[in-house]
Amino acid sequence: MDTLVGYVMLAAAACFVLGLHLMNHPATARAGNLLSAGAMGAAVLGAGVVIVRDATITATGWLVLVAGAATGSAAGFYAARSVRMTAMPQLVSLFNAVGGGAAALLAVSDLIGPGEALTVRVGVPAAVDIAIGAVTFTGSLLAAAKLQGMVSGAPVVFAGSRVVNAALGVTMLGAGAWLAVAPDSAVALALLAAAALAFGVTMVLPIGGADMPVVISLLNAFTGTAVAMAGFVLGETVLIIAGALVGASGGILTKLMADAMNRSIPNIIVGGFGTGADAPTAGAAGGPVRAVTADDVAIQLAYAAKVVVVPGYGLAAAQAQHEMAALADVLTAHGVEVTYAVHPVAGRMPGHMNVLLAEANVPYEQLLDMDEANPEFTRADVALVVGANDVTNPAARRPGNAISGMPILNVDHARTVVVIKRSMGHGYAGLDNELYTRPATGMYFADAKKGLAALAAAVRTFVS
Amino acid sequence: MSPDLLTAVTIFTLSLLVGVEVISKVPATLHTPLMSGANAIHGVVLVGALYVAASAHDAVGYVVAFLAVAFGAANVVGGYVVTDRMLGMFRSRRAPEG
Repeated sequence: MDTLVGYVMLAAAACFVLGLHLMNHPATARAGNLLSAGAMGAAVLGAGVVIVRDATITATGWLVLVAGAATGSAAGFYAARSVRMTAMPQLVSLFNAVGGGAAALLAVSDLIGPGEALTVRVGVPAAVDIAIGAVTFTGSLLAAAKLQGMVSGAPVVFAGSRVVNAALGVTMLGAGAWLAVAPDSAVALALLAAAALAFGVTMVLPIGGADMPVVISLLNAFTGTAVAMAGFVLGETVLIIAGALVGASGGILTKLMADAMNRSIPNIIVGGFGTGADAPTAGAAGGPVRAVTADDVAIQLAYAAKVVVVPGYGLAAAQAQHEMAALADVLTAHGVEVTYAVHPVAGRMPGHMNVLLAEANVPYEQLLDMDEANPEFTRADVALVVGANDVTNPAARRPGNAISGMPILNVDHARTVVVIKRSMGHGYAGLDNELYTRPATGMYFADAKKGLAALAAAVRTFVS
Repeated sequence: MSPDLLTAVTIFTLSLLVGVEVISKVPATLHTPLMSGANAIHGVVLVGALYVAASAHDAVGYVVAFLAVAFGAANVVGGYVVTDRMLGMFRSRRAPEG
């Protein structure tokens, strides 16, 4: 029986890998997710069979198990069905929190529960599990609260916050080492848990809203690692495999996001964008801009053969993705080729903008990532920038400013550029965008939602 | 069933490498569903939580088990449902609107 369940767990682990593999194309991704979900069902069922067979579970144990599973499932199901796509980063953050929290609790339960004498073999992974799991738990809850706007999204740095951080880090390491060698010490356990829970808060507090894609990815990697460590503690292979897969996924995404923002991970964790020495440098600062009207832009778009749209977080913040898709539909119907150039950090988590556009019925063939999109700009008659700023600034190609070296979309390679923007305000880097003062660029000053609706109406009148 | 330390570390290391291989091939377009799908996969912590509930024998144990099972179940169910919901929105040009 144990062998049979062991094989079921192995099959589940294999299906997790295959499920992730099927995610390499939008056409097969949904099947991959279902496969993964089916494998999860089998693994849970396998665990249920072992529990029934062993029959060591108490009646209260059953009650706790069923009540916990029902409560959790209902909460998870409700959240998943009701969440708005713009709030996806918060939800993923909450799932990171519960996953990390559960992983930490497994180790806690193993240490305080009855059983054979505890050794370093259990102590080391248990200490790592509790440390990472607890940091992920509070860190992710705070990240979700920041994204939701319940806590200020701005970097919160108080006097001596770095000293507090360092002190908590040292306490965590010390208590962790103590727990590793003395796994039955309740004091070490309590100290480690308290320090790690506090560290999660102080780690995320100074991180600003624009850095959230990196933070969520990093916490995702943490959760995976914590789950793998729980697998070491319990001797459950499937937890080790699944945890390692998620750890790899989170790690890769963290690296991609940090690269796309041109920042190192330690730099983000230490926090406070633009608070250092990098004062804004003069580009074509304060030069004249050419303001255009909806009718000007409509004519420009209608006469174009190819339009590349550059959506930024401003588009999502204004909830204007449906207006954007409506405008694109009018243009496509008129024979204009429309594609979207999506920068990796265009949303609040990796790939977020693509989901928002997919929700507005944009076909996935039109969604280009940065590497696919950049060659397209040279063939584009109009690049339409909506709510994006720093990722279009050509200053990134020059050394000596806050965004030097950041990978950008080559919007300036398009024949003409139209920027929809409410005002001449700065992006997160606090830099002037020299794209705006170029002769080929027209600035259409409007709210993204209203502006796009006006453009669609103007194009309709013009082509009919 | 519980593997010795070397076996466990081997499994962990190879799984990491497999993860890196498979996940580097996922296009940026699907990074959000990838992350929420991976999220659902780490919900496998539920399996461990069930075992914990099965071996709990005192009040503290029951409370810890309840929390762990509830967290794990929320993670699994919510993660897969929301990933499916998102992936359902990714349509090809030829597919009918719905």
